[in-house]
Amino acid sequence: MISLASAVVSAELTKLRTVRSTPWTLAAFVVVSAGLAALLELSLRNAERRENWDPLFPAFLPLTIGQLALVVFGALAISGEYSSGTIRASLAAVPRRGRFYLAKLAAVTAVAAVASVVTVAATFAASRAPFSGEALEASVGAAIYLTLMCAFAFGVAAMVRNTALVLGGLLPVLFLGSQGLGNIPVIREVTQFLPDQTGWVVMHLAGPQDDPRWARDYGPWTGLGLLTLWTVVSLLGGYLVLRRRDA
Amino acid sequence: MTVVIEVRDLEKRYGRTVAVDRLSFTVRPGRVTGFLGPNGAGKSTTMRMMLDLDRPTGGQVRIDGSRYRDLDRPLTKVGALLEAKSTHGGRRAYHHLSWLAQSNRLPASRVREVLSLVGLDDVGGRRAKALSLGMAQRLGIAAALLGDPPVLLLDEPVNGLDPEGVHWIRGLLRALAAEGRTVFVSSHLMSEMEVTADHLVVIHQGRLLADTPLPEFVASHGSLEAGFLALTAGAR
Repeated sequence: MISLASAVVSAELTKLRTVRSTPWTLAAFVVVSAGLAALLELSLRNAERRENWDPLFPAFLPLTIGQLALVVFGALAISGEYSSGTIRASLAAVPRRGRFYLAKLAAVTAVAAVASVVTVAATFAASRAPFSGEALEASVGAAIYLTLMCAFAFGVAAMVRNTALVLGGLLPVLFLGSQGLGNIPVIREVTQFLPDQTGWVVMHLAGPQDDPRWARDYGPWTGLGLLTLWTVVSLLGGYLVLRRRDA
Repeated sequence: MTVVIEVRDLEKRYGRTVAVDRLSFTVRPGRVTGFLGPNGAGKSTTMRMMLDLDRPTGGQVRIDGSRYRDLDRPLTKVGALLEAKSTHGGRRAYHHLSWLAQSNRLPASRVREVLSLVGLDDVGGRRAKALSLGMAQRLGIAAALLGDPPVLLLDEPVNGLDPEGVHWIRGLLRALAAEGRTVFVSSHLMSEMEVTADHLVVIHQGRLLADTPLPEFVASHGSLEAGFLALTAGAR
């Protein structure tokens, strides 16, 4: 039983390893994040009045752009099964849909976790932000945030089952929508609870939390708890769709 | 080795449309059973339900007494080739077989064996989308044979094949049945069935029209084609 489950996980890892979108999206994730951090560091190096800034801000802001590639990776892992027709071979080989889903989720999450730790470290290094206990806490939070975002996208893709739809829906709504509209105070009351926003406090991107103009209704780790909820709901939804619908 | 497939009262409805209408038949080992019907008769839907890919709205399929989803390592019991493509175009042929083998704990050495069995040794390193239609079909057959299964379900295996490929599949199916396997092959090509099948299951508009040994069917109608046309005309 256990060996069969691990066999299915290794099959899923092989699938990830043997398509080109995996190296491309993961490379884009780390290169874009660290590259933006380096650029940001260059442009801020000679800036005046740095004392008002959170020194960790430029170390984590690039991740909000780089994460798009990780989200694409998570979504493609399952939507690609449908666009290529592989889903039929997959379910013929592993007809227990729960087993198939969990194995794929485990493989995708494991890869995403490793990629996130590497990317957070590279981005932090490129930003030349001062290392501290606070920076470590933010880094751990960022790696968890990114891994959860990937799993969240995986669940949404399992519900939607179409690459163009899932990317066309997730990318603008989550990232441009909540970041852009989030600057309007009234709308921020609501958008602060959107999945991508929940990680902003722990990553020092939400502004000074002791300032009522910026303060959110939740703390850094509660924010990640909210994202965990989003992720659980999305993954459950994806599972129900996989279970019910014809392949 | 001898495995029987039982299809009982199988039904698939999409809203008001009935794609498969209370279909019952048994597929027996040691012979090639041809699954014949015009396009849209419900052959592919039936085969997908046999693999638990599509959920029946009624009835059931038993393979050696079990539901497909209850088979522990299904590739060692049933090998399937579906009409629709089921390979990622960017993945190399042997990688496609590798993950399939891993998922059912089959030895990695089987990948080379089946590639060689279907005559794809030289192109195993190609990405699936760079394979010709005939090669892609052979890759699908390699995947079906991976677990050395006693049952083979093949949906329109000769589609898009050149005469040499058609001849090869015909020989392969005959050989697999001669080894005592249960071979179930769908086609809408009567000439092909006439030279490949031992037994016929004919459906039209989701309903069973005939479940007969091929020689009997041909004897009573003059030819397979005449019999098929008479049956489907009568069913309309």
